[in-house]
Amino acid sequence: MDIADFFDTFFEEAEELLSDMEQHLLELDVDDPDSEQLNAIFRAAHSIKGGAGTFGFTVLQKTTHILENLLDYARKGELTLRADLVDTFLEAKDIMHEQLDAYRSEEEPNQEAFERICQTLQQIALDEIGEQLDAPTVPAAPAKASLAPSSSAESDAEASDEGAHLLVVLLNVNEKDRILLVEELEQLGDVLAQSGDEKRYEVTLKSSDSADDIEAVMCFIIEPDQISITAVESAAKPNAPQADAPATLAETPAAPAPKASPQANPAKSSAKEKPKKAAAESSSIRVSVDKVDQIINLVGELIITQSMLDQTVSDLEDQSVGNSSLQNGMSLLQRNARDLQEAVMSIRMIPMEFVFSRFPRVVRDTAGKLGKEIELITEGKSTELDKSLVERITDPLTHLVRNSLDHGIEMPDEREAIGKPRVGKLTLSARHQGGNILIEVRDDGAGIDRDRLLTKARENGMSVSDNMSDDDVFQLIFAPGFSTAKEVTDVSGRGVGMDVVKRNIQSMGGRVEIQSKLGEGTNTRIVLPLTLAILDGMSIKVGGEIFILPLSTVLESLQPSKDDMYAMAGDDVVIKVRDEYLPVIAVHEVLDVENAITDPTKSIAVIVQGEGRRYAMLVDELVGQQQVVVKNLEDNYRKVPGISAATILGDGSVALILDITGLHRLSRYKKEAGKKVVNNHNFSFYKEAESS
Amino acid sequence: MSQANSGAVLAAEAENREFLVFSLGDEEYAIDILKVQEIRGYENVTRIANAPDFIKGVTNLRGVIVPIVDLRIKFHLENVEYGGQTVVIVVNVADRVVGIVVDGVSDVMTLTPDQIKPAPEFGVTLSSDFLSGLGSLDDRMLVLVDIDKLLTSEEMALVESTSSH
Repeated sequence: MDIADFFDTFFEEAEELLSDMEQHLLELDVDDPDSEQLNAIFRAAHSIKGGAGTFGFTVLQKTTHILENLLDYARKGELTLRADLVDTFLEAKDIMHEQLDAYRSEEEPNQEAFERICQTLQQIALDEIGEQLDAPTVPAAPAKASLAPSSSAESDAEASDEGAHLLVVLLNVNEKDRILLVEELEQLGDVLAQSGDEKRYEVTLKSSDSADDIEAVMCFIIEPDQISITAVESAAKPNAPQADAPATLAETPAAPAPKASPQANPAKSSAKEKPKKAAAESSSIRVSVDKVDQIINLVGELIITQSMLDQTVSDLEDQSVGNSSLQNGMSLLQRNARDLQEAVMSIRMIPMEFVFSRFPRVVRDTAGKLGKEIELITEGKSTELDKSLVERITDPLTHLVRNSLDHGIEMPDEREAIGKPRVGKLTLSARHQGGNILIEVRDDGAGIDRDRLLTKARENGMSVSDNMSDDDVFQLIFAPGFSTAKEVTDVSGRGVGMDVVKRNIQSMGGRVEIQSKLGEGTNTRIVLPLTLAILDGMSIKVGGEIFILPLSTVLESLQPSKDDMYAMAGDDVVIKVRDEYLPVIAVHEVLDVENAITDPTKSIAVIVQGEGRRYAMLVDELVGQQQVVVKNLEDNYRKVPGISAATILGDGSVALILDITGLHRLSRYKKEAGKKVVNNHNFSFYKEAESS
Repeated sequence: MSQANSGAVLAAEAENREFLVFSLGDEEYAIDILKVQEIRGYENVTRIANAPDFIKGVTNLRGVIVPIVDLRIKFHLENVEYGGQTVVIVVNVADRVVGIVVDGVSDVMTLTPDQIKPAPEFGVTLSSDFLSGLGSLDDRMLVLVDIDKLLTSEEMALVESTSSH
């Protein structure tokens, strides 16, 4: 492992710490701050500072240091939090993030931003803590004074090895040896303090030699296990208990007492965070996504091989040459393979929380900029989604949220005037719906003005008509260059973006719909498929071909009788199922399957649901239920209308997975085309049905 | 293999290219061997509805779904039969894996640059855009197909065209 690996670990950890910090800052109630939360924020800052110091990221270290000091006052209740202070802390966090990114790409961080934030933070320290000068508490004056000088002194000390403070602990060393050792230490550097007894004797040393060198020297006299040398910054635990509160409070710039000033603060927090960090390290490892994908593919292959074997074994059984131990082995293999698959698939799945957690900040910032009052509600945070989709959904979602905040929700006064609560409500929700994940961005704002949209569309030279369906009208929003905003703000309104949103979502194989009621709000629904998923499928047979229907879409199946089928407007056919008329899709017609059963009364109607609508699909035969591995058709081919993906069956052949709404669209399209080219004799049956 | 009488010496060898020669009806075609992933039999192809007739469907190639294109249909050949001799050449183009059905694979040829002649302006079925030239080898003529361009072309309908839907 070379140093670059440590760098990466630090960057990733620091990033997590920063986002933790942000989350806590956002959740913080400024009027009644939770001390646990303040501690968590402080700890995050402290850990970053430590890491940055170790790796020599001086700018990041200094920024964090100043922030840490302020946070320390905050958690001790010496600094009264206000919303604008939290804002500044958030800004500092952003700058730290930028610095981190800069270090990651091996650049120097922006010096100007660094200086500015340091100044701002120091100003806060001066103003806020300074105000408390007249308060009767002791710490105020020294605290303020200690801030500037000690920060530079301390970071300087950390930045270079020159004169690092080392704590040398001698265990079970008799007095004679001890005196010798201390003399030895005095040769190596300045002994700042020493105390203890024979069992445990502590010497604080300022030395430019490394701990290893010192240890090497000492080992001439005592055994290596009798000695421990630690840098004071990172582990001054032994001093912590007694140095804890008094030391920090009594911290004065004039007293460079070795155990008080530099070590007391960190000592306390490092003692606290050590166990937590260790636990986190042992409970997770970082693995590249490529490796996971490879495992997923291999497991998929394994499952296919397993089902092939399964089929062979059951064939053997039919020929009564089966053997019970073989069967037992097979069923065990099947179960293990399934468990393995499930376990592997779950690696890639991460909860939507990863996406949602960034929105409190987005909403806070945007609402602040626009002067609106917004309450953000998130639902279904634990809904799991494939990692690759999680990464790609964030941007479109951010855009939709901004849009809702800017155009959707009205100004507080405006809301009050029309009898709505001042505070607008924005809801982000995620849930599984069949084989899809449904993500919604709902607001209770002004809604979309259909007429204005149409007018605007005409102005832009689009061909629209007044009797378009609401769905179609709202889809206009996604047209490139389309914006109904009365004025362009710096949040949105330029008309770029919504088309990008739609394109992004489409590229993930999903789609986006808008439902809106004027004056009541807008609901933007993103439906994403779980591309990398195992699907519970129902295999159906049409002609000689096998297709897979997502089981989640199947409601029931029945044998249609002639009396229940009605023709509408010529060739549209509906079937009556329990007082409901459902459009009929004859799969063999839509997909041109030969040798299929054309007489509906001899086929089976599978009632399916897609996008909230129900259809009856006519198929020849239901074969059975099975789990299938979804394979993308677009990798090597293209999107096929009516087909969502493919899978590999037990015999190694490919079966196509049907997309119900796509199939319905295709069937309508085909019928329209069919009207022009008069062909179908199949329709004659329905005509008869109509007349009967 | 015969590189007989060719004036090319070692220096030119670097520019020599190897081609996989296959037959469609009586004609001989060749594609760059570096594009070829493997050769396999024609079996177990799942039809895709509403696709052009020359797209036979998709097949399972060790867990990967691969579309199968019949070049004989695409090039309007008369006899299109599927038998034991029918061969699928699996090629790698534009990060995709595609199988092409041909009547047979004969051999691998090395062509020197001067054996490759520019393709004449052809006609309707196979635009010369899709040819990288004509290879002359003694009395044989090989049609050198630019398989990349051919398979990614819009008329092959294998790749999503720029406009969705």
